Amino acid sequence: MKPNRDIEVMRLSDITMQFGGVVAVDNLNLKVHKNEIVGLIGPNGAGKTTAFNCITGVYEPTNGSVTINGEVVIENYPQGKMKDTYKGRNQGKYTESKAMLPDKVTKLGVARTFQNIRLFKGMTVLENVMLAMHMNQKQSIFGAALHSPLARKEEAKMKEEALELLKKVDLYENRDDMSTSLPYGKQRHLEIARALATKPSILLLDEPAAGMNPQESDDLMKFIGRIRDEFDLSILMIEHHMQVIMGICDYIYVLNYGGQIADGTAEEIQNNPAVIEAYLGVDE
Amino acid sequence: MARVTLNKKTKLVLSFLGIALILLGSYLADEMIPASSNMRMFVTVLEKGAIYALVAVSMNLLNGFTGLFSLGQAGFMLIGAYTYAIFTIPAAKHADVYMYFDGGAIQWSIEEALSGSLGIVGHYLGMLIPIIGAGLLVALIAYLIGIPVLRLKSDYLAIATLGFAEILKAFFQWNTLGPITNGSNVLRKYATYDNSIFVVLIALISIAFIMLLINSTYGRAFKAIRDDEIAAEAMGVNLFKHKELAFVISSFFAGVGGALLAMFQGTIAATPFTTTMTYEILLIVVIGGIGSVTGSIIGAFLFTACSEWWLRGLDAGTWLGITSEWFRPGFRKVVFAVIIMLIVLFAAQGIMGTKEFSWEGLLSWFKNLPANLKAAPAKNKAKAQAKKEAKARDKAAKAQAKEDKANSAAKAASGEKLFEPLPVYDHVVVFKEGK
Amino acid sequence: MSLISSWLPYILAGIAIGGQYALIAIGYTMVYGILRLINFAHGDVFMWSGLIMVYLITVMPLWLSIICVIIFAIVLGTTIEKVAYRPLRTAPRMSIMISAIGVSYLLQNVALYITGGLTKTYPSISWLQKTVDIGPATTKMVTLITPILTIVLVVGLVMLINHTKIGMAMRAVSRDFETSSLMGIDINRVITVTFVIGCGLAAIGSVLFFSNYTGINPMSGAMPGLKAFVAAVFGGIGSVPGAVVGAFIIGICENIIKGAGWTTFSDAFTFVLLIVILMVKPTGLFGEKNIDKV
Repeated sequence: MKPNRDIEVMRLSDITMQFGGVVAVDNLNLKVHKNEIVGLIGPNGAGKTTAFNCITGVYEPTNGSVTINGEVVIENYPQGKMKDTYKGRNQGKYTESKAMLPDKVTKLGVARTFQNIRLFKGMTVLENVMLAMHMNQKQSIFGAALHSPLARKEEAKMKEEALELLKKVDLYENRDDMSTSLPYGKQRHLEIARALATKPSILLLDEPAAGMNPQESDDLMKFIGRIRDEFDLSILMIEHHMQVIMGICDYIYVLNYGGQIADGTAEEIQNNPAVIEAYLGVDE
Repeated sequence: MARVTLNKKTKLVLSFLGIALILLGSYLADEMIPASSNMRMFVTVLEKGAIYALVAVSMNLLNGFTGLFSLGQAGFMLIGAYTYAIFTIPAAKHADVYMYFDGGAIQWSIEEALSGSLGIVGHYLGMLIPIIGAGLLVALIAYLIGIPVLRLKSDYLAIATLGFAEILKAFFQWNTLGPITNGSNVLRKYATYDNSIFVVLIALISIAFIMLLINSTYGRAFKAIRDDEIAAEAMGVNLFKHKELAFVISSFFAGVGGALLAMFQGTIAATPFTTTMTYEILLIVVIGGIGSVTGSIIGAFLFTACSEWWLRGLDAGTWLGITSEWFRPGFRKVVFAVIIMLIVLFAAQGIMGTKEFSWEGLLSWFKNLPANLKAAPAKNKAKAQAKKEAKARDKAAKAQAKEDKANSAAKAASGEKLFEPLPVYDHVVVFKEGK
Repeated sequence: MSLISSWLPYILAGIAIGGQYALIAIGYTMVYGILRLINFAHGDVFMWSGLIMVYLITVMPLWLSIICVIIFAIVLGTTIEKVAYRPLRTAPRMSIMISAIGVSYLLQNVALYITGGLTKTYPSISWLQKTVDIGPATTKMVTLITPILTIVLVVGLVMLINHTKIGMAMRAVSRDFETSSLMGIDINRVITVTFVIGCGLAAIGSVLFFSNYTGINPMSGAMPGLKAFVAAVFGGIGSVPGAVVGAFIIGICENIIKGAGWTTFSDAFTFVLLIVILMVKPTGLFGEKNIDKV
């Protein structure tokens, strides 16, 4: 599937995240288009995961805005104590303060995975996926407890959909295993499956290939391409495996020390002197 | 291992039979056992055990299934008990009960009014309505407390709920509220049940409700919050809403439990609802297994049976035929506390872990029992062997660590650097040549 | 003038009780700072120190029994840590907290068994019971001694934490448990020292507290313990000066409330304060902010 560069599904404008005196993300501007796979790369500590946390509402950005499907959902500007200590580049452009909790962001169609896998360890594989469908249920808590007709119908439908999804990610055989008893690679798959169960339009993947060998990451690459087509997704991913990034990303952003140092297609990035400098250091 | 499988219908029939048997048993026990008999203890354990089971299950819903370490249970039970008692003291008895407060502010009883107009149905309805009312009032208070408190992290939540329980206790003893709560004096002479089946039935229905809730999609959301709050939130679970739901529902049943306790005891005062009571309920949950409803029920009955009946002799001088001067009042609780510490330290899973009762599990257990018994000696031997090996390995590792430490200390002393850290940029390792 | 003379006794009593809470609170705040554990048993160690004194005074002179009480508290506290907390250090947070509650339950019940549930009378230490005049108010020596002794001990403790090697190790461990163990700090020793200091101070606190309140029963430790913990939270958990300031504030406010005739709510006030501080500034007066890493 070709990315449609006319439709913009997500935009970060001037996102800055400052903890005390440390600027973890500095003025990040980023766009994700429909069905596009966008890579976010940079050395460790460059602020990539922090950027994810700003998008999903885990952190409230110090400055800047996040737009999802054309609607500004998070916007902020330095206030209170931050006003005096703020060290970001862009100032005075924003006036509104809009925060959003992670569950609301998920409801808007942004799902994520985590760098250090965060599965629900007391639950089976199937339950992990079914949990992700919980937010779309219409049954009340009393209906659920008393197994009302609506609750039973929804529960059956949820189970059916979850099993369907597990089939698609090759986890059907493991459906009744405890989530943590899965091998590492399958846990990664399950995390993605769980994110997909929230029916997202944008998927954020935080180092999906971490700890994988070349063969596995090759499979993962194909898998990501496949789910993009099958679920009509736009994907923003953080990754260190250059092979994966260069192989599937339509567009790449490079961060270093919180700042954005380059963006472009795989080819442009590979030849960008600033990127080479960030990754390999300068010759003395 | 041979597993027994049953179809859904059989299980349903078995469950109905089991419940019917329990109810019939408790009815007959209360009717047949004469008040003078030693076995009367059985009825006490049955009633108090059922009440504690309900309260323990409600606490487990919070601590075991939602991962909220709340210690407010005694405070919520207190409100439940008072609410029930206040509204069921017959009008004629008010002058006597509220003798320090000129007969009190409320001069009527729901139970009396209803049984007057509806007879026997009204009598039960008149008890049931205040019980549910007690639960609802507690739920409302819990909702209000939950708004600030549930945003706190685990141990702060524990201490804040503990604090609220203390505040509630002080509030109910406040003299200004005396016309309603009777200040620090006991409330008594309120309506109570005639047969154990009443308590057992209410406890059973309440526990069944909680269990069904845990097995629903909301139950999954609770467990997700327990396992990983951040991931749960990222999967669209509204943390605050679900924590509040669990807190309110748990408190509702704690209130119902409190009302039943008031009925069981016949008199009620604020003083026994201390943190120690909350601790006891928590320890019941731990004995049974945090995260198992069945475990909490078993734990509650074990606890009450031990403290009311089986270990009574430890306080009275003679237990199991052994007479000792050690056995004087209080020894029972010491033994009990020691057992609990042993469970906490060496069997943290409790009796049931996170497993639940099922007919299949029970039948399989019986079926496999002979085989297991036969295999037990060999298994124990293997276990002991494994333990021995692990110990040896541990020892070796410790010795190795000591040696390593000594080595590195020696190296450090001789000024040698152990390693030179290299700049590592992710997967690109840069080796700098000597300058 | 009359306003001062009518309120001064309450304020003095508040300062005294505040000092006693402070001595208990230090144990809470230090243990929490290092183990991230609310040591629910700490209040019961305090109660036991008082109880032991009742028995010791019958067989030995006062000075010796005070020393023995301090040693007893230290042995009790470190034993609790070794037996009940150390094996659970890698277990989930909730298990170790439950263990602490279990220990508290055990200590209370053993005390209940030994005393038979009766309230014992604390030996009267004549020197502490002497009356002294402060301005218009007459008070006992203990009221005067407590804040002075508390402040001396706290200054000593702060010096220890800031200027000795073990103090440095303590600060390191409270900052980052994992890393400091990798850096070669003997964690077990640091924790033991923490418990030694905490329990020793609680024992001193018990001598002062029970000289004032004379009656002692198995539940005597629960309420002062909880209040001291609230003081620790109020001052910012992990901070010794914070705990002391918090304890004095709680002690004084509590007595003012009593003076105003609201005795029923003097205990509840502490918890109101706790809830307010947790809502407004969860890190307490002197606490540091922690950011959870995702």
